[in-house]
Amino acid sequence: MRSKRNAKKFLKFATIPLSIFTVVLVVPFLNGFYYTFTDWDGFEATKFVGISNYTKSFQDPTFWSTLRFTSLFVVVSLIAVNVVAFGLALIVTSKLRSRNILRTFFFVPNLIGGVILGVIWQFIFNSALVSLANKYDWELFKESWLQDTNKAFWALIIVTVWQSSGYMMIVYITGLVSIETEVLEASQIDGASPMRTLLAIKVPLMAQAFTIALFLTLRAGFMAYDVNVALTGGGPFRTTELISMHIFQDAFLNGNFGTGQSKAVIMFLMVAIAALVQVSVSKRYEVQR
Amino acid sequence: MNTRARLAKRVTFIFGSILAFAYVTPFLLVFLNSVKLKPEILENPLSLPVSITWENFQEALTKMNFFRSLTNSIIISVLSVSLLIVFSSMLAYYLARTKTKSTKYIFLILVTSMIVPFQALMIPFMARFAPFVSWNNRAALIFFYIGFGVALSTFLYHGFISTIPTEIDEAASIDGASDMVAFWKIIFPMMRPITATVAIINALWIWNDFLLPRLVLTEESQTLPLSTYLFYGQYSIEYGQAMAGLVLAVLPIVIFYLILQKQFISGISQGAVK
Repeated sequence: MRSKRNAKKFLKFATIPLSIFTVVLVVPFLNGFYYTFTDWDGFEATKFVGISNYTKSFQDPTFWSTLRFTSLFVVVSLIAVNVVAFGLALIVTSKLRSRNILRTFFFVPNLIGGVILGVIWQFIFNSALVSLANKYDWELFKESWLQDTNKAFWALIIVTVWQSSGYMMIVYITGLVSIETEVLEASQIDGASPMRTLLAIKVPLMAQAFTIALFLTLRAGFMAYDVNVALTGGGPFRTTELISMHIFQDAFLNGNFGTGQSKAVIMFLMVAIAALVQVSVSKRYEVQR
Repeated sequence: MNTRARLAKRVTFIFGSILAFAYVTPFLLVFLNSVKLKPEILENPLSLPVSITWENFQEALTKMNFFRSLTNSIIISVLSVSLLIVFSSMLAYYLARTKTKSTKYIFLILVTSMIVPFQALMIPFMARFAPFVSWNNRAALIFFYIGFGVALSTFLYHGFISTIPTEIDEAASIDGASDMVAFWKIIFPMMRPITATVAIINALWIWNDFLLPRLVLTEESQTLPLSTYLFYGQYSIEYGQAMAGLVLAVLPIVIFYLILQKQFISGISQGAVK
């Protein structure tokens, strides 16, 4: 009786969403995994080829440079976004009267998609800064930053920080305001300096916010595509291609479905391992309340 | 002590204001140059316009087919978000209220799937769905958004439903309400706050998404990010028009945000706690 009712409820409430989820996400994911061991060409797979798609991927020197570039980007953007976002959260949760307006301003870039942001900054780096530099003789900006691999890397970081710090700021604000005022008052009575209160009380008590923000920025770093395409387009000479763009080029422009997909699986493993390590390490610092 | 605190406050204020200015400068720059003529922009991108011209906007409106892209963006976002709300709230209700081994596993699979980047499956995905996409690419895109969004949305709803006492369901069922009626008439209205969160998080993602529309949509069905990107690529030398195009692309979502600012902020912080 009960299980019959249960089955009916399952049919009514869960079948549609679960089938869409399976068709859209689960099946292609498993398919993709399977295809990497075959000679799949985008249409059909005729025979197993072992791990040759993976060995071919690792023999591709541009893939190695993409992996290096992506890892560096993930680490630097992770640090930069979170440091800035935490700073913004501290400013916005201070007793300033203008804090709400400031919060609005910091959040605005986050509303706008990476492509449009990338294009805006392309104008700034390629035209606005260059023409100003020539007018006022600023050495640093005379050549567009996007023409030089190292400077283009920092351009990507700047735009990423500008875009995502507002969102992470909200995550940190949520953490900061969740701390009980009694605890903060107690520390004030005990004579703790603001810095000491921040490091010894606030940060440990809001460790969960760090876990979430670090996870989100880590994932976003690996998956970054829009800003990359719109800002540098991978140039100069494919030296600023992040892994996402690299896979896109390999599969959809060069038609290498086998290696493209095996690189995608490698990307998945990197994201999964990095996220797992990060979350389990961060969880250890969370205080039970 | 008091003077020190006041000094600290002043320093925070100055620092915060400089940062806030830095955060909006790129937008100001784009707006400023969108009403200038090309030689003026080249001469000095920081200068105020000598005379304001709206010509750039007229050109951009027609060349990037602004209203068509805006309509596409609105249709796709609204339909995807509404369907996501309907399906994921129902699924979450089922998973949270029916406590069996299988519901536990289903929930676990949904949560784990959130770690999978779209790029990890986009290649077989595009191969598999090519016929669907060529049949009706807008419908296909909405279908895909449901598939990719259902995990996070269900997760958010699940957390919220667990806080609603089961006595309410029982009372409804004693009164003779069917599962569906009980859910839509009683439970769903109680979930307003989390529905707002689900709506905002998904709307921001879908409105701004680029990679999936780029793979799926054709010229007539382009969304705003797509048409802006292509427009900029074609007309980036016509600085004024390019800037006007960017202003147009940014405007709808910023206006929406300024109207619903409170909901945005609380929606995101609700989503972050979970």
